[in-house]
Amino acid sequence: MTEAPSRPVTFPTARRHLFDPPGEVLQWQRQGALHRMTFADGHLGWLLTGHAAARAVLADNRFSNRTELTHPPVAHPLAGQENRQLPPGFFLRTDQPEHTRFRRLLTGQFTVRRMRQLEPRIEEITSDHLDAMERGDRPADLVQAFALPIPSLVICELLGVPYGDRAQFQRDSAALLNLDSSAERMGAALVDLMAYMRDLVLRKRAEPADDLLGGLVASGELDDEELTGVALLLLIAGHETTANMLALGTFALLRDPAQLALLRDDPAVVDNAVEELLRYLTIIHMGPVRTALEDVELDGHLIRAGESVAFSLPAANRDPERFDDPDTLDVTRPATGHLSFGHGIHQCLGQQLARTEMRIAYPALLRRFPGLRLAVPAEEVPMRSHMTIYGVHRLPVTW
Amino acid sequence: MDIKADTDRCIGAGMCALTVPEVFDQSEEEGTVVLLDADPPASRETAVRKAVQLCPSGALSVS
Repeated sequence: MTEAPSRPVTFPTARRHLFDPPGEVLQWQRQGALHRMTFADGHLGWLLTGHAAARAVLADNRFSNRTELTHPPVAHPLAGQENRQLPPGFFLRTDQPEHTRFRRLLTGQFTVRRMRQLEPRIEEITSDHLDAMERGDRPADLVQAFALPIPSLVICELLGVPYGDRAQFQRDSAALLNLDSSAERMGAALVDLMAYMRDLVLRKRAEPADDLLGGLVASGELDDEELTGVALLLLIAGHETTANMLALGTFALLRDPAQLALLRDDPAVVDNAVEELLRYLTIIHMGPVRTALEDVELDGHLIRAGESVAFSLPAANRDPERFDDPDTLDVTRPATGHLSFGHGIHQCLGQQLARTEMRIAYPALLRRFPGLRLAVPAEEVPMRSHMTIYGVHRLPVTW
Repeated sequence: MDIKADTDRCIGAGMCALTVPEVFDQSEEEGTVVLLDADPPASRETAVRKAVQLCPSGALSVS
């Protein structure tokens, strides 16, 4: 039995194995769900590692998600400047009732039924990219050939963002999520992205368009600043998340041929396999964070008003109290109930889109290239360890 | 079974419609929960309870 940490911990980010959370968080988890943690700005708050406790706090409106109230778990280049720069429509970082006003305008666009209607187009986009990959050179970088362009094109079409502009916004979006970016670079990326989005909003106002942004503009519910923030949030969320799941998930499957074969050969396994990959990989590995608005008792501890709680979702999704044999990738296990899309009112708006994309893209890739394999040793794959969203920078593959 | 769905609490995540489409749907406009069958056959009870458990906003209850 290891000792519970007696001194406050810091947020662990170094994953020791490709797909596993940092070893420390899993050791701490065995001692309890809550641990004192020193945040990057010196604030003494809490680290949450248990599934049940994480679920409870994420659903508890006594905890706020407002940027100006939360402390950064890891050093952030824009720390102290961020709340001034994030546009008002970046509603991920708002509480009720303001959050509800934004979310209600969007939820109708991301329903299960709407996503089913998108399936034929997502299949077509996937197929086109697999065709291009097949015609192209070997080895190929799976990120650039497959994992990034498919969700990027899908979200662009849905929002009404010209895909031809992707070089600019993909670069800025990547810089924004890279914690090694300088404050200048990250600040410039945010300014550029907001200017791009504001320009797009103004164009939609001038020329009504039959897409999500055009519809939001026409609704008259939001002003241009708010529309800019909403558009920015959806564009970043729409292509950074699924892209990393597709590449990292393929990497994990290539390291586990039996699981890969199950997903490739049995259509009945696909839906569950997607949930299990979401659980096992948990790419949101440096957040979320909430701050108590009043004193809250949890798991035998008192979280005082004003104290921030950082979540290790990778640890919560490996909690043995919730998932049997949690460190094993098993695409046949019941994996729903994972926290990879969060929980509570901020649970991922685009989760049904992400599911639809993954349910189509993984099996299509594995069936098109039955001989798919890494083109470099696994340890040479560059991992996104110091990025807000985990994954691989590149995944060289051949077939 | 007596299922209750609170559309004010609902955030339109769609977990219920994904889990038991025979019992839950989402409205076209706001994406919030639409209860198709407040008293479904007992054979659906396990799935309904799972949907209640998965609901991120606590908008569903079953008794």
